[in-house]
Amino acid sequence: MTTFYTKDHEWIAVAGDIATVGVTSYAQGQLGDVVYVELPEGGKALSQGDEAAVVESVKAASEVYAPIDGEVTEANDALADAPAMVNEDPEAGAWFWKMSIADKSQLDDLMDATAYKAYVDTL
Amino acid sequence: MADAHGEGALKKTPLYDLHVELGARMVPFAGYDMPVQYPAGIMTEHKATRDSAGLFDVSHMGQALLIGPDHETTARALEALTPSNFVELGHGRQRYTVLLNAEGGIIDDLMVTRPLDPAEDGKLMIVVNAACKDGDYAHLAANLPADVKLEIIEDRALIALQGPKAVDVVAAHAPAAADLAFMTAAPMEFDGIAVHVARAGYTGEDGVEMSVPAGAAEAICRALLADERVSPIGLGARDSLRLEAGLCLYGHDIDTTTSPVEGNITFCMQKRRREEGGFPGAERIQAELKDGPGRLRVGLKLEGRAPAREGAEIRTPDGILVGTLTSGGFAPTVGAPIAMGYVATEHGTPGTRLDLMVRGKPLAAEVVEMPFVPNRYYRKPKA
Repeated sequence: MTTFYTKDHEWIAVAGDIATVGVTSYAQGQLGDVVYVELPEGGKALSQGDEAAVVESVKAASEVYAPIDGEVTEANDALADAPAMVNEDPEAGAWFWKMSIADKSQLDDLMDATAYKAYVDTL
Repeated sequence: MADAHGEGALKKTPLYDLHVELGARMVPFAGYDMPVQYPAGIMTEHKATRDSAGLFDVSHMGQALLIGPDHETTARALEALTPSNFVELGHGRQRYTVLLNAEGGIIDDLMVTRPLDPAEDGKLMIVVNAACKDGDYAHLAANLPADVKLEIIEDRALIALQGPKAVDVVAAHAPAAADLAFMTAAPMEFDGIAVHVARAGYTGEDGVEMSVPAGAAEAICRALLADERVSPIGLGARDSLRLEAGLCLYGHDIDTTTSPVEGNITFCMQKRRREEGGFPGAERIQAELKDGPGRLRVGLKLEGRAPAREGAEIRTPDGILVGTLTSGGFAPTVGAPIAMGYVATEHGTPGTRLDLMVRGKPLAAEVVEMPFVPNRYYRKPKA
């Protein structure tokens, strides 16, 4: 499994033909206490950059964008009852959705863990 | 990170260095660099205030004095600009009011205190919103009679300590604070420092707001924070606390278009003023008192977990647009999202079911009485 990162602070873990998407630890720190997550429904077609999910913290709503093109295969419904998981376990248990990968070349433009860490350090 | 905010120099309160030392996330607010939250986070800070005591830096707010030859002259000068009764305001008493424009809209909301010491008669102390203070001062200066002067106080900080343990904490340093009732105020010493303490606040909890010399603000805050019952609280939790308390945020829940009747804050209008009028916009406001306003600020509780925010449309279950949200968010003490907004008055009765439109979808909500969390102000038992 390889994990990529976007400048919008999503992570995307690729295993075979399926990608799992969530928000990074840095993102949850910026969001603060998460109180609600709105997830895309299974079967939804996403294009790179689409607003795919919404994270509501106590203070504000933030969009989560589709990092690549593809179709949603599954959403993490556990977040509906336990949105605070996004703060507690952002890069594993609090994944947002899984999706197919329509165009693997889109992954080439994303950051790896080292590049993402360097990017966060500039913020 | 030079000029990180890219919008000219932000002002700093006398507590700026302490905020940074405490690990606050600083954000621009009303021209000031202010703490939005500390490392504990908004939810924890909110609960710390409701359960124990929260320390707030509100030094960005405007402190000023109105100074006239005697109490009645100064009180009448302020009554000409507001719908509240100040002539009969007692010594050491505090009152919430609004500055009105000619149309009866609200220029700002503010707290007014008559000094406890009769030797100070002729003075009224005011505290106005940070974002409004320049406009308020210009409005006051232009409209006060020649014998009542506005004196802006620049050398004092304002600190709030709020929560069920707040007064106990303060009383360890300023014992006289324990003798104050809600909405009363007195000068006193805090560890030997001359401060002015009002038993009031913006959270719905018991607590105080202390006007202190700017140079002593940090020492006073450090003394308060040394008490393990006290947590520092940022603007984020200040907003969720005041929302649960049903209190208005100026520029959002009330503004120059809303009257005090529409804003559901008629408690700031005492009987004599309601009857006599004689304030800006009296014709509209008295008509609204008599016949009811066309729209009304109401509290709304959502059924689901998704919050609705300022600007969301309020619709009937049939889809008819009846208003707009002016504040909204997750309420940590309620444990659910809540909101306030203006609705056509016929839809403002508690129990009315309404939909709040978020991202094109209706979220079910119900009109409820405010506050959302019971107030815990300290009122002295009658002797």
